[in-house]
Amino acid sequence: MIQLHDYPLSGNCFKVRFLLEQLDLEYQSILVDFYPGYEHKSPRFLDINPLGQLPAIVEGGEAVRDAQAILVYLATAYDKSGKWFPRDRQGEVYQWLAFADQLTGSISAARLHDAMFYRLDVGKARSDGIRLLRIIDEHLWFAEKDGHEWLLPLPHPTIGDVACFPYIALAEEGGIDLAPFSSVSRWMERFMRLKGFKPMPGMMPLPMPKETP
Amino acid sequence: MTLDTFTRSQWYAIGRLPDFDGAEAKPVRLLSQDLTVSDKAGVLSVNDADGRSLLTQIRYGHLWTTLSDTPRPLYDMPEFDEPDRRLVTAGGVGVRCSGLRCVENFLDMAHFPFVHTDILGVEEHPSVESYDVSMDAEKDEIWATKCKFFQPMASAAASGGQITEYKYRVPHPYSTILYKTCPIRDNVWDLVGLFIQPVEEDECIVHSFILVFDDENTDTGLLHFQQNIFLQDRMILENQVPRKLPLDPRWELPTRADASSIAYRRWLKANELQWGVALFNEAA
Repeated sequence: MIQLHDYPLSGNCFKVRFLLEQLDLEYQSILVDFYPGYEHKSPRFLDINPLGQLPAIVEGGEAVRDAQAILVYLATAYDKSGKWFPRDRQGEVYQWLAFADQLTGSISAARLHDAMFYRLDVGKARSDGIRLLRIIDEHLWFAEKDGHEWLLPLPHPTIGDVACFPYIALAEEGGIDLAPFSSVSRWMERFMRLKGFKPMPGMMPLPMPKETP
Repeated sequence: MTLDTFTRSQWYAIGRLPDFDGAEAKPVRLLSQDLTVSDKAGVLSVNDADGRSLLTQIRYGHLWTTLSDTPRPLYDMPEFDEPDRRLVTAGGVGVRCSGLRCVENFLDMAHFPFVHTDILGVEEHPSVESYDVSMDAEKDEIWATKCKFFQPMASAAASGGQITEYKYRVPHPYSTILYKTCPIRDNVWDLVGLFIQPVEEDECIVHSFILVFDDENTDTGLLHFQQNIFLQDRMILENQVPRKLPLDPRWELPTRADASSIAYRRWLKANELQWGVALFNEAA
């Protein structure tokens, strides 16, 4: 069985849990005391991921680290529909996986600073995050104008959406107001209506019923 | 706002003991003042910005200090001396609101079904039944008792829904403790509590603990249960307006379910607490 080295309050762990559940895969969550114990920097965990970052998965004795790489791994190995990581659109998907990594470096960093006292330049983290939100908001505005609901012009989300979603949905925990980004807000709402979606703490639940009448 | 006597005379938790291992003048902020903590061969000391040494004590898994030379005594929790209990300290979490707001939110059961959905409450059972609120005049603290709520997953050790019985205690303007039915032992209470470090009037660090009987969960499992719940609260707390606590009755309209909150606000007023309180005329 897949073992996920997991922290419930990590957006990067959230995206892996989300895809595991969408793919109906059984997994074992191994809880890591990220805060206040910093167990991801312990020798035990550094053996699994020398970068000291969550999440990591272990399957058949092999470890895969990095949230985005894990999404690629799981979709390639287990998604028979090919929807989550469409073969003919890999370039576009990778572009959003890389974008998600920048969200980790900005919005997630601001959140760790504000809630858990990580020492970093929070002003820069927030302004970098806002710059990224402007970019994705504009992208989604044009997508919606062309009748599309997701980051790729497809009738369903891909791992690009999964990768970008959590730290955008958690932006307010890092002191970043999402109100100016209306296309992003509508995209988040569509994401939260996906079957099986469960918000993690810090994601504001939807004000409306989950089933659209 | 100047620091009132009631606020100034209290002890405050400023971190867990491991947070200060080997600390050399580690900066800590308390009541809008810059302090430092140093660890000299295992002995922790706290100094203010002028180099004055402050009183300290180590209790309940945390380092406590006070700005006062004659502080009120720190309240007792004899449960910390009981054998077999497990203590998990969850680490400080920064919250952009007055610490008084955090106490009040902790006392409120009405938010369980909507904020802690399917854990501490379910949307099908939203009502708060009547409970008793009393003042312990001798100890000068508030107790809310006979609180009952249907909870699908009252704690990490719970295996299904149960009517959980609660008692709430407010022995300190910035501390509150919940005593709840232990799901695995009869006639004992599990404790969950907040030790709040007021940083500014509208900003705080919440140190929380759980002190429970639990044979099943790992410390990390207990920790994550507690952190999950608190981070759900944090989102709501940071969206409250104003960030300071309004005490003026013209501002917010309480209902019967808020009896413990009403008692808390009255108690703060009776003690002439001012720091961290929103003034009605400021907003008007």
